[in-house]
Amino acid sequence: MAELIRTEHLVKTYYLGEVQVPALKGVDLTIQAGEFVAIMGASGSGKSTFMNILGCLDRPTQGKYFLEGEDVSGLTRDELARIRNKRIGFVFQNFNLLGRTSALENIELPLFYNNSSSRERHQRAMEALTIMGLQGREHHFPSQISGGQQQRVAIARALVNRPSLILADEPTGNLDTRTSLEIMEIFQKLNQESRITIILVTHEMDIARYAGRQVVFRDGIVIKDETFQPRQAAENLSQLPQPGKEGAS
Amino acid sequence: MNFPMTLRIAFKALGRNKMRSGLTMLGIIIGVGAVIAMIAIGSGAKTRIQEQIASMGSNLLIVLSGSSTSGGFRWGSGSVPTLTVEDSKAIASELSAVKYAAPVLQGVTQVVSGNQNWATITFASTPEAFLIRDWAIMNGRSLIQSDIDGAAKVCLLGRTVVDNLFGEMDPVGQVVRIKKFPFIIVGVLAQKGQTTWGQDQDDVVYVPLTTGMRLLFGQQFPGMVRSISVQATGPDTMKLAEEQITSLLRQRHRIRANQDNDFTVRNLTEAMSAAEESAKVMSILLGAIASISLLVGGIGIMNIMLVSVTERTREIGIRMAVGARGRDILYQFLIEALVLSLIGGIIGIVIGVGASKLISQFFKWPTLISIQALILSFSFAGGVGIFFGFYPARKAASLDPIEALRYE
Repeated sequence: MAELIRTEHLVKTYYLGEVQVPALKGVDLTIQAGEFVAIMGASGSGKSTFMNILGCLDRPTQGKYFLEGEDVSGLTRDELARIRNKRIGFVFQNFNLLGRTSALENIELPLFYNNSSSRERHQRAMEALTIMGLQGREHHFPSQISGGQQQRVAIARALVNRPSLILADEPTGNLDTRTSLEIMEIFQKLNQESRITIILVTHEMDIARYAGRQVVFRDGIVIKDETFQPRQAAENLSQLPQPGKEGAS
Repeated sequence: MNFPMTLRIAFKALGRNKMRSGLTMLGIIIGVGAVIAMIAIGSGAKTRIQEQIASMGSNLLIVLSGSSTSGGFRWGSGSVPTLTVEDSKAIASELSAVKYAAPVLQGVTQVVSGNQNWATITFASTPEAFLIRDWAIMNGRSLIQSDIDGAAKVCLLGRTVVDNLFGEMDPVGQVVRIKKFPFIIVGVLAQKGQTTWGQDQDDVVYVPLTTGMRLLFGQQFPGMVRSISVQATGPDTMKLAEEQITSLLRQRHRIRANQDNDFTVRNLTEAMSAAEESAKVMSILLGAIASISLLVGGIGIMNIMLVSVTERTREIGIRMAVGARGRDILYQFLIEALVLSLIGGIIGIVIGVGASKLISQFFKWPTLISIQALILSFSFAGGVGIFFGFYPARKAASLDPIEALRYE
């Protein structure tokens, strides 16, 4: 298995006026391509900061971050934007879709920023939308569809540029149990069938069990790093009592 | 990110808040409209003055008789004839800076035709008078030398006189009576319109100089004329012509060095140029005041764009997360501001042109809409959009993606 992510003594310190607030105090972590990793920790443990750096939204104060062998810790804002566009897909707790913009256009959004032709945009967005089972919803606004559907639009958007890495920040935090399971099933499918590396931030043990590896943060360092046999979301989903309709958020 | 896409996003963003976009545009609309209307009014006035200068004849100098002093009283210019026909001939033939000179006698006369009559100013002069004033003959012929030599009882009528005595009829060949003497109408002068001071230049009758002297005005001071119209050889020789005329006439009238002139040389073109200059100043002033409203409109755009950037912080964060670079965001907001100001500019042009037309319709004020003024105010509007849109756009582009994503 190829190495996708390697961090070497990653340090991030925030400066609030005179006060130095260390958020990461030296994190060494390697993630292979095709892994499904859950990152856990209480709030303030540094897991969000770590995710921001992995997602190229932020730069470390010290240390190195290699993404697919390339050191990206010293890149400019524009170069980081390029990496986010091409290689990383984001999924957020509150979905972060553009309001009053159709599902299809939301999915097309990353393609606007790499000069794809309008035909290519449409084709690839439709493809991602179909994978997420959202046919017939392409012209709905986010406010017109359920939370689960919104999160699937967000996942389709993350997939549309065929990234090697998906970063999901509490993707089930706003969803009910059944819909959460459905989302986890999607992630597992993407991970197992399409070999996409998924890094998931969560504080729910239940959700973390679907990943094959758990990394726990506390006070800016990794305190636990274990590999599991993951639970299968599809099985658990079939054991749930069948509701009349698809669960709403 | 490509341009048509950015443009579409801009239109969509503006369309989402139609009321706000409309009100923001209103500032630019009023600004551009005001600039166009004001420039139209200013250049209309300027053009009218230029036309009047042209209608008066170019490089025109007028030499007036008087002022004379008699018994302690000083009489005004032209009150006592001191100029002679010979003076006029000398000016025309001896001076290098003079192209034509024509002696002129004038007086108010009653012109009668059948049962119609009309009080007008009758001028007695030579054929050069029409050359000096660049005055075309519309019907018939001009005065000719044989009319002068033979003191023929012929006349030319101005348009206003024709309208009042003959209406639509062609008067050439008809007879009018001036001070009881019958005159054959040989020609009609082309229309010239009003002077700057509102005098109707077409309310005139021209007769040969000699006829005028003998029959109409000449009895009191034989051989004398009221004034001499002079055309200089060019705009540059006006001053020289004025000096040459002054020294020639002083010499001819035997005026000693310590005595005042018994004539006055007037440079009418100069007076008109002053009027033109003041029209230009007015035009600039009006334009400047209107530009201020355009500037205020620009500040309105900046204000709304700043609000918009704050409101859409999350959107900016999302766009950055999926790969928008700082300059993609910058362009997006800049183009939004530009679209606002340019649409405002187009509507402003329509309104400005409409307003100018209304002004000339209802207030009889001449307006002139030049394509340069349209282009200028349109590009000024665009410039205002870019200038005032830049700061909010930069603010948007320099947002931190993490903070923007967290913004509620």
